[in-house]
Amino acid sequence: MTAPAPYDGVVVTAPFTAPYTRFSPHPAQYWLGSALRGSLKAAGLTPRDIDGLTVSSFTLFPDTAPGLADHLGLELRWLETVTVGGACGVVALRRAARAVQTGEAGIVACIAGDANEIDSFRRLLQSFSRFAMDASYPYGAGGPNAVFALLTDHYMRKFGATREDFGRIATAQRANARRNPQALLRGALGLDDYLGARMISDPLCLFDCVMPCAGAEAFLVMSEDRARSLRLPHARIRATIERHNAFPDDPAQYRGGWAGDAPGMWDTAGIGPGDIDLLQTYDDYPVICAMQAEDLGFCSKGEGARFLASRDMTIDGDFPHNSSGGQLSAGQAGAAGGFLGLTEAIRQVTATAGPTQVAKAARALVSGFGMVNYDRGICSAAAIIEGESA
Amino acid sequence: MTEPLQPPPKKNPLKRTRVPVSPPGTRSRAATALAVMAAEGRFALQHCADCGRIQYPPRDLCRACLSGALQWRDTDPMGQLVAETAIRATPDTHFRDRLPIRIGTVLLDAGPSLICRLHGDVSGDDRVRVINRIDAAGQAILLALPLKEVPHMQDDPALRALSCDPRHRRVLITDARAPEAPALARALLKAGASRVFLGLPEAWKPFPARSELEDIGNCSIMPLDVTDIDSVRELAAGIGGKTDILINNARFIRPGGALARPDTIFARQELDTGCLGLMRLAQTFGRAMAARGEDGVNNATAWVNILPIGALVPQPGFGLSSATGAAALAISHGMRADMRGSGVRVMNLYTGPMDDEWHQELPPPKVTPSALARAIVSALIAGQEEATAGEIARDLHARWRDDPALAIREALAK
Repeated sequence: MTAPAPYDGVVVTAPFTAPYTRFSPHPAQYWLGSALRGSLKAAGLTPRDIDGLTVSSFTLFPDTAPGLADHLGLELRWLETVTVGGACGVVALRRAARAVQTGEAGIVACIAGDANEIDSFRRLLQSFSRFAMDASYPYGAGGPNAVFALLTDHYMRKFGATREDFGRIATAQRANARRNPQALLRGALGLDDYLGARMISDPLCLFDCVMPCAGAEAFLVMSEDRARSLRLPHARIRATIERHNAFPDDPAQYRGGWAGDAPGMWDTAGIGPGDIDLLQTYDDYPVICAMQAEDLGFCSKGEGARFLASRDMTIDGDFPHNSSGGQLSAGQAGAAGGFLGLTEAIRQVTATAGPTQVAKAARALVSGFGMVNYDRGICSAAAIIEGESA
Repeated sequence: MTEPLQPPPKKNPLKRTRVPVSPPGTRSRAATALAVMAAEGRFALQHCADCGRIQYPPRDLCRACLSGALQWRDTDPMGQLVAETAIRATPDTHFRDRLPIRIGTVLLDAGPSLICRLHGDVSGDDRVRVINRIDAAGQAILLALPLKEVPHMQDDPALRALSCDPRHRRVLITDARAPEAPALARALLKAGASRVFLGLPEAWKPFPARSELEDIGNCSIMPLDVTDIDSVRELAAGIGGKTDILINNARFIRPGGALARPDTIFARQELDTGCLGLMRLAQTFGRAMAARGEDGVNNATAWVNILPIGALVPQPGFGLSSATGAAALAISHGMRADMRGSGVRVMNLYTGPMDDEWHQELPPPKVTPSALARAIVSALIAGQEEATAGEIARDLHARWRDDPALAIREALAK
């Protein structure tokens, strides 16, 4: 297999987070459009300046991406729907970067977001996928909590990880969220609070589970020259990977597609895990953070939970991780959850993160994980991005 | 340790009876095929006819070779539990009333792993046996059982909800004069039924089995003529709200087909009993039972229609019975849809020729009263919606499942 071409001359910029709310009467079109407006405003651009768009959303029905383009008055020559759930940020970045690189689009806006009305989460769960409808939802309708409870139980049995290990991941992220004014959950959270919380689906407790909410995220992909002429802080893409449906015969998931692809990513990037200043994992549940730490090469298989627990994962710590508080504390606005780590990483490496800024953060690894089609996450992706100071 | 199920307390008439809320009932076409297997009590999975791969969840094509030649075959149900959880929060109304719900991941010896419900006596890294059952939505649900029988195993709430166990329940047998009535009453009581009501048509006629039934105990003989709506209404007004299982065995049988007689007198009587009688019961008892699908330990749980196997594969020597059975079967399927979600299963129990006066000239094997009783009770305990009694019914049902047109041709040639 030949190494992928480098992403020369392409950058990512203008990250924007439309502030999340627990419940909202606004539909997905509103949220996606609001995030787009925010990103364009940050870049000093108008809707007429973009000619490419990627869309990620679970609640856009009955619209698809062209309907959204009409709704928002966008004329486009390049349009992509990225429906890979929690991997959608990195995957949208990959698609957009190649479109800009090949000249098929000049500026691509990547947007992700979802509505959350009362009861819409239940409706999303019962028809999330065909296998979910056929073979997981009818088994107690626990949704992803139940599936990840099974994965967490299996992981704990197989590798001896403890609830304390997972608690340290959740509490460190809450400490980070307390510095992020836009995080929905900002109350102090100690390890005792975590361990004493009510169980949602054993061994998962309240603080292992993300809170569904409404919100959206956006960023722009354009040529480096364009970003410079617009005087936009921007990040280059050093390497990326993507994989779907890896290891389907594992009886229960304990690794993701990164496990096979990460070595190639490091080779392409020409650096190693020790060169990363900031790790943004996909954190729908702490066990998935641990799995990513392992599969991405920060520690060996089975050590992820203990490895993370042994480090200081806060903004000022020795291993900054999910600096905005992640989905566990900021909330999960549907597909926006797949963008949240990436928009925060862009802010970090361009030194625009404000209250959550990690000192001297020049290089970040962002990882995505998505689509619990039946009993496991199907999509995995990761990207290394770096600011001008790298 | 499963706690033994306690008899229900006396019903408080001031309290609202819980309204049945269906479990999630939407499935793909492939997953609906799993329910066909569940209705017959079979643990069957898709096997690829081309490469032999066994797969789950049900798909439209083989996940190993993309072949469309998928066959549902009985599959080794043994496996090992590799993960478990107890769901304590859910947005679904049906499950919310039943928390916590224990589920697990089982790696089958046959290859696939699957998410299933767990019996209370299954945990850790236990070896398990997976069963496939019909739930209140009429869809398939997999449940892992302990390998060995444990005390009060059937009383586990998850298993009981996927069964129609007579234990602690009250049963109406609609025809006390049918030859199987005493054996059936005895079998139900032995299985733990708390009371058996027996409907007696034409109560003014002599009823030789009365003393036998009265000697069994916990049997109540009550007037019921399914051909008379007033009689059906009267009994339903009395016991419709405390009938948890209804077994409709009322039938009027005369040999022969369309050419056997120069009139339609027997045909009319046969249809009035076997088909319209079922409708009268459905309009009265059916409505009452559908409202009591969530009524605690002794909720309404099953409606059993005893049908001749001729309902599926017409028997030329019993053309009228076959026609009546076919009409009743169509009504029974409609009832299944009407009662779907209530928690009441509608079971079709197909019998071969009974060992009675109307099948006297037929060669064996014939279905004895006790064999019919055993078949009904075991199908109830197994939560089946489709079951057979006797060798002939089993054989014809298998042929019908395999190729209905061929099965009918074969039957006509005999």
